[in-house]
Amino acid sequence: MPVERTKFYQVGSFAVGNRLLPPEQRAVQASPDRGNSLTCGHRACRGCGEALGARWAVDAAISATAGRMVVVNATGCLEVFSTPYPESSWQVSWIHSLFGNAPAVATGVAAALRAKGRTEVRVVGQGGDGGTVDIGFACLSGMFERDDDVLYICYDNQAYMNTGVQRSGATPPAARTATTPLPGQAFGQGKNVPLIAMAHEIPYVATATVADLRDLEYKVRRAMEFRGARYLHVLVPCPLGWVTAACDTIRVARLATESGLFPVFEAERGEVTGVTKIRRRVPVDDYLRLQGRYAHLFGDPPKTDVIARIQAGADRNVRRFGLVD
Amino acid sequence: MLRQMEGSQAVAEAVALCRPEVICAYPISPQTHIVEALSRLVTGGRLKPCEYVNVESEFAALSACIGASAAGARTYTATASQGLLYMTEALYNASGLGLPVVMTVANRAIGAPINIWNDHSDSMSQRDSGWIQLYAESNQEAVDLHVQAFALAEELSLPVMVCMDGFVLTHAFERVDLPSQEQVDAFLPPYEPRQVLDPDDPVSIGAMVGPEAFTEVRYLGHLRQLAALERIPHLAARFERGFGRACGGLVRGYRTEDADTIVLALGSVLGTLKDVADELRQDGMRIGVAGLTTFRPFPLHAVRKVLGRARRVVVLERAFSLGAGGIVAAEVRSALAGNGADVFTVVAGLGGRAVTKASLRLLLTGGPGEPLTFLDLNQDLVAGELRRAGRARRSGPPAENLLRDLAGGV
Repeated sequence: MPVERTKFYQVGSFAVGNRLLPPEQRAVQASPDRGNSLTCGHRACRGCGEALGARWAVDAAISATAGRMVVVNATGCLEVFSTPYPESSWQVSWIHSLFGNAPAVATGVAAALRAKGRTEVRVVGQGGDGGTVDIGFACLSGMFERDDDVLYICYDNQAYMNTGVQRSGATPPAARTATTPLPGQAFGQGKNVPLIAMAHEIPYVATATVADLRDLEYKVRRAMEFRGARYLHVLVPCPLGWVTAACDTIRVARLATESGLFPVFEAERGEVTGVTKIRRRVPVDDYLRLQGRYAHLFGDPPKTDVIARIQAGADRNVRRFGLVD
Repeated sequence: MLRQMEGSQAVAEAVALCRPEVICAYPISPQTHIVEALSRLVTGGRLKPCEYVNVESEFAALSACIGASAAGARTYTATASQGLLYMTEALYNASGLGLPVVMTVANRAIGAPINIWNDHSDSMSQRDSGWIQLYAESNQEAVDLHVQAFALAEELSLPVMVCMDGFVLTHAFERVDLPSQEQVDAFLPPYEPRQVLDPDDPVSIGAMVGPEAFTEVRYLGHLRQLAALERIPHLAARFERGFGRACGGLVRGYRTEDADTIVLALGSVLGTLKDVADELRQDGMRIGVAGLTTFRPFPLHAVRKVLGRARRVVVLERAFSLGAGGIVAAEVRSALAGNGADVFTVVAGLGGRAVTKASLRLLLTGGPGEPLTFLDLNQDLVAGELRRAGRARRSGPPAENLLRDLAGGV
């Protein structure tokens, strides 16, 4: 019978969940007292980036607020897989209203808490990219503009995955979806909501990915240090929609940042205050090749002109945000 | 206290007396004076604690109300017309979640063609949204219905629309008896829902429900609406005891006891109708008027009772269903099923057109009439456009042609 050797994390590393670190350096997820906000039994797909991102983000918010918080959820995968009646995976106070109104519902919750003098209870809104950058965008912009005391988290998997992978305003160029058949999503479209959020000059805007969960935790914690409107945009790969292996979720998220296609940064009052540098820059091919939604770029012959345009976008991000020293 | 004041100001004062904790507002004519007055009451410190949120759309207004109500705050908003339609998705959501939001609808037509004046197309279009709908006849009634609306909403865990005619009531200066804070406090206890968003007692609100229970959830919603039919008269009676004047209820008859003809209507047009009935009574006609205060839930039994033995029932509607006919009349017909009375639908006062006594006299003293008529319809104008449209079958909006004809153009 083969014997599996138990591997211990290296002492002093920041590996996820390392309980050998000094307490102040440990991840929220390393604590036995973590919030377990999105608990087991939910119905997310294998390898779901959104479930991972949501659990880490909401647990970090619970940790930052000592559990004094309410979550408002837009319609979408996260809502559907977590609350099929009569079950719920949420171990926080949680409400789902509609697809396009989560930021406004969060505004209302915050207003009620203020009226009742319970401002120690914080409000977190969350939704996918469809609920955030498309149908919920007016409500999001209104919430930003009024500087309502809400942290809104967008889990961006770059299309409408819950309804079967249709194009959203966050779908990147050349990506194939059910409504952008080959040659895929056009160039020159889509919106960059983190930059739009910054244009509202709200207290805090940040991006993160599920490839760097410590960074995601840090950004949630940092966001909760501010009052007023805050926005966190988290890249969460979707094995179903991106046509990637379930085991590649973290890897593909890391390649999104290492290629420069998804810049990771934070900004206060509209000014960039921190950028996560690319440690080992990779060509966009490495990121694209892993994903079936870009398979049409790597036929025989490969569409080098399209890949070059995507690479130019990554290069622009690197210049714009100073991603490489 | 008796005061001479604008309807919108009076409603704002009444709402403030109900101590809402969150007010979400987006401006739309003719609702604006209500939310403007409330913003002054909040900013001036007369209404506190209360958060006044200026939102970016009606959809956001009601969505923020949903959040606030779910978090345990007494919540109010107001809208009209296009704004009500823009809220539609959230209307169904608020009622489905059982949130007792109270909303004033300053009734106004729906475009196109765009029209800011009064009719009931807006609220009638939301009759299936699960909201209780109460219609005010006067500004006094608008004031009193708002006080009752909060009590009703919170007792039944259902949202309530108080509908008042745009401009005709909202912008009219009338004598209004505003209740005192003590009276309202005695009538309306603080809002204490059994379930709120509270970190100390976490709940998941708004779960997905599939075929296994959706019918039951909907049926329970229907039962709550039916329960309102019991509670509304009870509340109206309690209101009368506390405030010394009758208001609200399901449907009210005026000189209906011995009437052969009864005109049933909603809203401010009832005043004109009662005057006409008085005049026609002097001419020897046995006519009465029924004022429907509660349109949703629809009080089938109360309507049947008030219409009594009338042989001719005229339902005067400020809205209609294109391609079908009267909306209220369809309900009245089912209320009178088997009773043998003839029910006529008269569509009147669309888009702010005045409903005059002269036209009503002519209508009610004329022959039996068609099952569906349009009061004061300009037949020449319609015929001209039909002739023009008949020459060539092409798509295009008719409104501009009609305006040209009215201006005497070619």
